[in-house]
Amino acid sequence: MTTEELDQIAATENEARKRIPHRVNVCVAAGCLSCQSQLVKDAVAAEITRRGWGDRCQVKGVGCMGLCAEGPLVATSSAQLYQHVAATDAGELLDSLDGPPVARLHCRTDVPFFQRQKKIVTENCGVIDPERIEDYIAAGGYRALLQALTDMTQQQVIGEITVSGLRGRGGAGYPTGLKWSTVYKAVGTQKYAICNADEGDPGAFMDRSVLEGDPHRVLEGMIIAAYAVGASEGYFYVRAEYPLAIKRLKIAIRQAERLGLLGANICGTRFSFKVELRLGAGAFVCGEETALIASIEGKRGTPRPRPPYPAMEGLLGQPTLINNVETYANVPPIIRNGGAWYAGIGTEQSKGTKVFALTGTIRNTGVVEVPMGITLREIVFDMGGGIANGKKFKAVQTGGPSGGCLPADCLDMPVDYESLAKAGSIMGSGGMIVMDETSCMVDVAKYFMDFCMTESCGKCVPCRVGTYQMHRILTAITNMTATEADLTVLEELCDLLKHASLCGLGQSAPNPVVSTLRSFANEYRDHIHNHKCSAGVCGKRPAEVSA
Amino acid sequence: MATYVAKPLAPTQDKRWKLVDATMRRVGQHSRGLIETLHTVQESFGYLDEQALRYVAMSLRVPLSRAYGVATFYHFFTLKPAGEHTCVICLGTACYIKGGPQLLETAQHDLSVEPGATTTDGAVSLVTARCIGSCGLAPAVVYDQDIAGKVTSQSLHEHLQKWTRHDN
Repeated sequence: MTTEELDQIAATENEARKRIPHRVNVCVAAGCLSCQSQLVKDAVAAEITRRGWGDRCQVKGVGCMGLCAEGPLVATSSAQLYQHVAATDAGELLDSLDGPPVARLHCRTDVPFFQRQKKIVTENCGVIDPERIEDYIAAGGYRALLQALTDMTQQQVIGEITVSGLRGRGGAGYPTGLKWSTVYKAVGTQKYAICNADEGDPGAFMDRSVLEGDPHRVLEGMIIAAYAVGASEGYFYVRAEYPLAIKRLKIAIRQAERLGLLGANICGTRFSFKVELRLGAGAFVCGEETALIASIEGKRGTPRPRPPYPAMEGLLGQPTLINNVETYANVPPIIRNGGAWYAGIGTEQSKGTKVFALTGTIRNTGVVEVPMGITLREIVFDMGGGIANGKKFKAVQTGGPSGGCLPADCLDMPVDYESLAKAGSIMGSGGMIVMDETSCMVDVAKYFMDFCMTESCGKCVPCRVGTYQMHRILTAITNMTATEADLTVLEELCDLLKHASLCGLGQSAPNPVVSTLRSFANEYRDHIHNHKCSAGVCGKRPAEVSA
Repeated sequence: MATYVAKPLAPTQDKRWKLVDATMRRVGQHSRGLIETLHTVQESFGYLDEQALRYVAMSLRVPLSRAYGVATFYHFFTLKPAGEHTCVICLGTACYIKGGPQLLETAQHDLSVEPGATTTDGAVSLVTARCIGSCGLAPAVVYDQDIAGKVTSQSLHEHLQKWTRHDN
């Protein structure tokens, strides 16, 4: 494969597209699929056949268009976006291609939810067919790989990533360039590259959207990374709960192999790289890199002390690069446009964009990609459309079980790694859950503690016993049976877990408690002293709540 | 004295063991492929029973304790057969604050089982999930393989009734 051949594929693809004037793109990512978008796609295809429009109109399944709550979403070549489309609307949709838009289904795209986004990682999501490599190539795909392989040395690729200022999108924000260069310099008989697609944070589904909407981008990023660090084998570690992402990744790998973009002597160079898929089996702790490696080795996913870091001794004791889906997805555009271009987006310390899964009691739920440094208020109120049902905003939770709840006075804070950490939360992988006044913060803290308690692998005592103790106290508080002394113990336990646990799960498990204690201490005291839950969640049996 | 341990024979004549064997061949009969193999067993048989664990452990030459350890460590694996239907209630954060717990309460009440268990007649298994990633449609429930979004106690109740009604 050469650049000319890529151009050839892109030209053929564009030629074929030009012959057909109209296009109907139906979202077939998991969100819309669960609202029966496959039926919509089939109905449109059947209608095209019935009308004999085969040479006039083409229907295409595409990845996530972002506004998941309003699905199924359909975009047409007449530049219209439609929401809540049903299979019975197929005829009307086709009629609208040459006529006025269907007002009934119209979805406005001139609103902040779409306008404020800056799409880099998700630029192809909702545009290309994720199951066709030709579509990705026509959108400029695999050019970066060829450029890296043929025009750049390994150090140059790493240099470009370092200049870009890209930081790990899995949550911790470790500088990607530095990680790559550590693996590059490490000595080993063989090196491995791993893509962490074990998106375990409840409330986060950005990585799934990217994998379902544009799997080739992640694959390309990973191959470039493997070239840069000198890895010859790679693994995608994907959650078994994401069957569609797994299916599309498998297709992508097969297609790339067929075109010689993956496998032995890629594009006729001396670089060979093969990729395998490994399914996670539902263990949150496997998002931790040493636990993930243990899982790939077929063992229980328990972490081990670091150092040695996986960059020095990882999979099978060899130097191993582990990056998250979104990190890899950022690589091709950085190589294509240069690190300096990427460094021009975002803030001083946090470059580029971040994809967030915006959910909770908010009007517009879905996936958004925003430049770093945007304020929480802009995301929650402008893009998210504020709280639904006229309720009052209470908090936004970022970073999953390792993150924290940010109250209203943090809304004007810029979203970047440092600001979020200073406010007591973390960037995390990108889940952003908005809560209104009907959520009790103690109950939310208990929810996350229950999560960490169940997900603790049990290897180290502070995490195994500490999360249990903390959960017990939080349960007592929500049952209105706790005392002030319990609160003191709770605070001590926060400190203990943070400093004595072996891995990130235990160290960050107290974060939801610490952050709610900081911003919503009055709620804790209300429960303890006045036996009152202002949100009306606690103290009742769940049956009464639903009644 | 070194003893040569031959690869054990499949426990039964069931054709599904061929799929399991194929996976083990693909991973080179190596202990590294334990999780992959267990995935295939569960996919083929629906759950992991003692016979399957023993067979996989012997074939990949790992102690039975390790196979059992892996099978019980990961939530995805189950050691009990599932019911005819499976109802998964998502309790991810977004679903939790939008009424997931109430849905679970409804399902528990309707089916008279605890999460993780199957009704006595084997009709429905009730399962909870950490997050199925359909947060945009919270609260979400998976009926067998189909994801349903914005579920209410009422719609859940109706769906479960369809499964548990024994008209015939």
